Amino acid sequence: MISTQKLSISYHGRTVLRNASLVAEPGKVLALVGPSGCGKSSFLCALNRMTDLLPGARVSGQITFDGQGIEEAFASPVELRRNVGMIFQKPNPFAMSIRRNIELAVREHGRHSRSDRQRIIESVLRDVGLWDEVHDRLDHSALELSGGQQQRLCIARALALKPQVLLMDEPCSALDPIAADRVEQLIRSMRGQYTIIIVTHNLAQARRLADHMAVFWICEGVGEIIEYGETESLFRSSANPLVTSYLSGRSG
Amino acid sequence: MSRSDLSLRIISRTLAILSAAIVLLILGFLVRESAPALQELGLARFFTDPGWHPLSGQFSLVPMIVATLATSLGSVAIAAPLGIASAVFAHFYAPRTLAIWHRRLIELLAGIPSVVFGLWGLVVLAPLVARLGGSGQNLFTATAVLGLMILPTVALLSDAAIASLPRAWIQGAAALGMQRWSIVGKVVIPGARRGIGAGVLLALTRALGETMAVLMLAGNVVQVPNSLLSPGRTLNANIALELGYASTFHRSVLFVSGLMLMLVVSVIVVGISYRRGASDEWR
Amino acid sequence: MSGGRFHASATTPTRRHQIPEFFTAVAVWMAAGLVVATLAWILIDIAVRGISQLSPSFLIEGVEDAGRAGGIGPVLFSTMLILMVTLALAIPLSLATAIALTERVDQDSRFARNVRRCLDVLAGVPSIVFGLFGNAFFAIMLGLGYSILTGGLTLACMVLPILIRTSEQAIVAVPNEYRYAAAALGLGRSATLFRVVLPAAAPALMAGVVLSIGRALAETAALIFTAGYVARRPESLLDSGRSLSVHIYDMAMNVPGGGSRAYATACVLVALLLAINATTTLLLHAAGLQGRSVGGKG
Ligand SMILES: Nc1ncnc2c1ncn2[C@@H]1O[C@H](COP(=O)(O)OP(=O)(O)OP(=O)(O)O)[C@@H](O)[C@H]1O
Ligand SMILES: [Mg+2]
Repeated sequence: MISTQKLSISYHGRTVLRNASLVAEPGKVLALVGPSGCGKSSFLCALNRMTDLLPGARVSGQITFDGQGIEEAFASPVELRRNVGMIFQKPNPFAMSIRRNIELAVREHGRHSRSDRQRIIESVLRDVGLWDEVHDRLDHSALELSGGQQQRLCIARALALKPQVLLMDEPCSALDPIAADRVEQLIRSMRGQYTIIIVTHNLAQARRLADHMAVFWICEGVGEIIEYGETESLFRSSANPLVTSYLSGRSG
Repeated sequence: MSRSDLSLRIISRTLAILSAAIVLLILGFLVRESAPALQELGLARFFTDPGWHPLSGQFSLVPMIVATLATSLGSVAIAAPLGIASAVFAHFYAPRTLAIWHRRLIELLAGIPSVVFGLWGLVVLAPLVARLGGSGQNLFTATAVLGLMILPTVALLSDAAIASLPRAWIQGAAALGMQRWSIVGKVVIPGARRGIGAGVLLALTRALGETMAVLMLAGNVVQVPNSLLSPGRTLNANIALELGYASTFHRSVLFVSGLMLMLVVSVIVVGISYRRGASDEWR
Repeated sequence: MSGGRFHASATTPTRRHQIPEFFTAVAVWMAAGLVVATLAWILIDIAVRGISQLSPSFLIEGVEDAGRAGGIGPVLFSTMLILMVTLALAIPLSLATAIALTERVDQDSRFARNVRRCLDVLAGVPSIVFGLFGNAFFAIMLGLGYSILTGGLTLACMVLPILIRTSEQAIVAVPNEYRYAAAALGLGRSATLFRVVLPAAAPALMAGVVLSIGRALAETAALIFTAGYVARRPESLLDSGRSLSVHIYDMAMNVPGGGSRAYATACVLVALLLAINATTTLLLHAAGLQGRSVGGKG
């Protein structure tokens, strides 16, 4: 379980998100929705400390993992990121072979024999439904794959580290509808095994996928979480009129 | 097209062709001046003659070629790791302001004249090396200073190559929990290897073309060097030392050695530019 | 961009992973430190040994006792003359070439590609080869002998590639809106170029010129057999004259006891180059073109 308490994020002194508190329950899918620029991606990056890599980014507040602060739960951001995988909006495979894309991080994180690695590669590629499509060209460049295949490879690459949490930042928005649908199916099939936090602008997708949902909004120029709860009940009725109109597609 | 536009076009194109032709003119002159030696002595004698005694008609270039290769390759072996490390430092290790100053310093290093490096090497470094034996003016001193001189070329080109990598790769690698050293070693350097390779090759051409520092530091004894601490004379230094009084065949042989240098360097440069052209299309 | 700086906390269940991380960091810092320290060593050495020898009269007086006494007045004068000859040939030639190369901003013609390739090769030609060429062509064939003119013309050939490259970049960096605006006013190509584009590119063009001056000042090998050694004040462009860099070489190598004067001269040369470096940065800043990296060559 991963949760945040009063998380605030600023870039070069400008606060873009404040007092964000929420809980992602184990094995459940949590969707983050809200208008552009309200800090969803920044929030996600704070969860696995990718903000360390962004110049000028500062995070304050608490992030806890299974009840422990992440600083105590993990020895280093590197350790954290091994347990909290991240999928980006644009597929970003390395310009290397498919095999090496998966192996690269696996090799660093444990002593595996060659056959172990082969087994891991096969199993994660099967998990993302890519095995049948690529098993005969594992040594070809990952850049030869289609966008949808690349995105699934990136998911496989993250799964190979056996993370507990997966952060996905609009994983389908750079894909065509059919490829997006496959990724969506994949996410649905992963429910129960991983805690998934997904940012999406596609409200229908959020409704199909997510158990819980957090609505972000910009209040006085700063992002905030204005609503959090079970997806269905939020769609049916929300106390906040802004949320009601946003979720019914009348604004945002 | 108006008359002034037309004349602008004609004039600028003509002068552009003239600029481009200079390199051919240089090549032509080298060939013309080397022709007597090449025709009368033949290429083989530059390699088979017993030694370099131009006044008694012995024109072996072998000792000079060996010394040139030794200093150039040695200096690249020094400059490549340091230059690449320096680029990696500026990108991944140094705090922001330090990185900016580090780059400035490297650019400054690029602008220091070779004769100043030579002077420093002669007065400061050679006496230190002399403690290892000899006068301190030897291939080792020359190679070390040469390495320092060509380092900015490697560093600046590697820096540019690393900067042009997609940030998504680095973020992707970090998100997989890869550590900094392995992001650098497994993603960044392999990804930038073309640019880094071009930098190293270009640095090699700089080293091959350098005269002054080596002339002042290598000791200038014509002999096939048998250790790093033995003195030697490079082709460039040989030209600089002897062109002043050389005549007839002797002078012509000096032009032959200049021609050799120019051809080797040109082949490398053209090779880099073709490779760069190919990679541009690929991107 | 700053890479990830990880605040590893006290508990380290994966110590095995920290070892390569640690040693790589140490190696990278040491390499960078070594480079910076050596550079600092050189600069401080030049400054310390040089400045003690410097005085206003050193810059003015003639060279006496092979340089062991007196100053470097005539050397500075010759250097200036050589630079003037260099620029007088190189600036028009490079400007015209840059204009021809940027004639079509949108596409790279075959003409431009071939010219660029020749210039790339020219940029790589070893400086001693320029010396050979200048000696055979300007000094002997054109009969200019060892002279300021020969040296200047040789250096012009040498700085041409870098001057063309910087001029090209300066012209390309002028926003296309300027060209459209000029075209909309009915100006022809040459009028647009001379009245709009070149004035807008002027600071960046100047930066290129200053950079080439730096290159020319740093050159030694190409000058020994073209401009020659003579340390007297030249009477005309056809007299031989010794540049600062050649003076340093001669003092260090051929004049016993000339070391300290060589240092003083090197100090002057490096100071000039630092000033040039700063000027280039300022000019590029003014032109909005920063971070242009330039490989070095001496
Ligand atoms: N690296 C950065 N440096 C400075 N400001 C940033 C950076 N990344 C994001 N911001 C700013 O932070 C705010 C929130 O950005 P963020 O990308 O988190 O929004 P988002 O909700 O993901 O938007 P979108 O739905 O468009 O992806 C924006 O105003 C953005 O300009
Ligand atoms: Mg976003």
